[in-house]
Amino acid sequence: MLISTTIKVGIRSLWANKMRSFLAMLGIIIGVAAVIAMLAMGAGAKKTVMARIDAMGTNLLAVRPGQTGMRGVASGTSQKLTLEDAEAILADTKGVQRLAPAVTGSVQAKYMNHNSRTSVVGSSVTYLPIRDFTVEKGKAFTETQVEQTARVAILGPVTVDNLFGLNDPLGETVKLNGINFTVIGVLKAKGFDFDDQIIVPYTTAMKQLFGLDYLREIDIQAEEGQNLTEVQDAMTVVLRKRHKLLGNAPDDFNVRNQADMIQAAQDVIRTFTILLGGIASISLLVGGIGIMNIMLVSVTERTREIGIRKAIGAKERTILLQFLMEAVITTGLGGLLGVVAGAGAAKVIAKMSPNFATEIEPFSIILSLSFSAFVGIFFGFYPAWRAARLDPVEALRYE
Amino acid sequence: MIIEAQKLFKEYRMGGTTVAALDGVNLNVEAGEMLAITGPSGSGKSTLMHILGCLDRIDSGRYILAGEDISRLSSNQLAEIRNRRIGFVFQTFNLLPRLNALENVELPLLYAGLAHAKQRAHEAIAAVGLTDRAHHRPNQLSGGQRQRVAIARSLITDPALILADEPTGNLDTRTGDEILTLFASLNATGRTIIIVTHESDIAGRCRRQIAMRDGRIVAETRN
Repeated sequence: MLISTTIKVGIRSLWANKMRSFLAMLGIIIGVAAVIAMLAMGAGAKKTVMARIDAMGTNLLAVRPGQTGMRGVASGTSQKLTLEDAEAILADTKGVQRLAPAVTGSVQAKYMNHNSRTSVVGSSVTYLPIRDFTVEKGKAFTETQVEQTARVAILGPVTVDNLFGLNDPLGETVKLNGINFTVIGVLKAKGFDFDDQIIVPYTTAMKQLFGLDYLREIDIQAEEGQNLTEVQDAMTVVLRKRHKLLGNAPDDFNVRNQADMIQAAQDVIRTFTILLGGIASISLLVGGIGIMNIMLVSVTERTREIGIRKAIGAKERTILLQFLMEAVITTGLGGLLGVVAGAGAAKVIAKMSPNFATEIEPFSIILSLSFSAFVGIFFGFYPAWRAARLDPVEALRYE
Repeated sequence: MIIEAQKLFKEYRMGGTTVAALDGVNLNVEAGEMLAITGPSGSGKSTLMHILGCLDRIDSGRYILAGEDISRLSSNQLAEIRNRRIGFVFQTFNLLPRLNALENVELPLLYAGLAHAKQRAHEAIAAVGLTDRAHHRPNQLSGGQRQRVAIARSLITDPALILADEPTGNLDTRTGDEILTLFASLNATGRTIIIVTHESDIAGRCRRQIAMRDGRIVAETRN
């Protein structure tokens, strides 16, 4: 019998039991939709995190004080990062293009009667280019202003919104922890949490705002084309020497490598995606068992039909193929509907929460469609085999 | 010779006891014969029909159908024999309820993979006088019409042998008579027909009658 005829016969008998076929299909629809939606969330999360890491700037190393010791027990005294450390790194490490010392803290910002709790970064003029910030209105502070401990501030766009609303902030005075700063620039929006912060000269931040004589972080940008890990190793040698760390003594500072962060984020998201996809595919498996259940009922119910078909010359293979085709049509159609439902669900998820992007990759569609076809063949085979093996005499007698 | 059957044995297990459904049946049928197999229920006539129709296998003996030894064929080969060499007509018609008359008649040709299935099915439907009912489903047809569709289906692959199992059992006398007349006219064109029945007046319309009891042929008469 021709395959096209087999497909026609399959569709006809599924259509004869519309409700039952649809319910059997529903398991597959939900399973495929879940797989598609979960993978879309994974892909979306990956895109978001990569964009977030990218927005930090490129080729970045961030050095912070503190121990990287794994044992959880701090041994020896922990040193602080100083401006001299930063100067030494810049002078003695190969492959460093520029760096920015930074102190950070949280302040109460006030303009007129508007209050906002926000974070302040005190840094040098190199901070903006390293972190890939652009000043949209006004201008950045200069070397001279840094040397003079000028009370000038560059505001993120969200901070401007919070404090000034629709008013022009340029030239206005904001109070940070009670100290007056003149707003000289507004940053261009970058998205994420980068848009609510205030950037001031590190000299001003250290001496007047926080009263610190050490740094919270040194941001290092490697030269284009440099291997970040090699720069990190070279920088570590320089800093260990300055901190007089000998032999096996653990580092008293902590370096975050952007390449490592990307890798780590990708690993986490991959694990997460596999986990979610795995859970979703269990529902696909349950759907498959539902199909098998319905198929077994169908075979029993149609015993006489099978007997008739055999009497007029249907071979075992033909009967097997007929029932297998019904299962595969069910899962195939369910898979297609599931892709549509899953894509719809992914769109809805993305719409409902602006922070949660979803992206449907062609790969996930191919994966879930072939998986559902496989489920159809796997769970349809046993019922189809039972149908094919029925004894024609017994089957014809069946009432 | 269409059928050469020698020493056919077939046993069934019914609970704890073994029943000999066929107990050494010998039967030869010439091409073009119209034969009735009669006997009370449990006499083995249905079993003989299943064996002759290649729906079941014998435990021992020899069965040659149209020159081909059936005894050792695989179930797929038996399916092919049923498809090409045998046409079945059943008491309960055994049409597929979801297919219309034409599709029911066409089905054996689809299994055979033969060409022009639609056209041949139309011709077969016309031959049993149901052209205007070709697109009706079985439940839209009367019993007599259903049996005609079943006969058209049995003829469609041009088989050597038509096996009818109580073909008039579910029909009123007049319709049953029409069906038997149809069989007679088919026989007149050279078809070999075997009718299994327990009604003596139906058997009486066949030229040769065989009576069975306890798995054996106990009497044979010719008109």
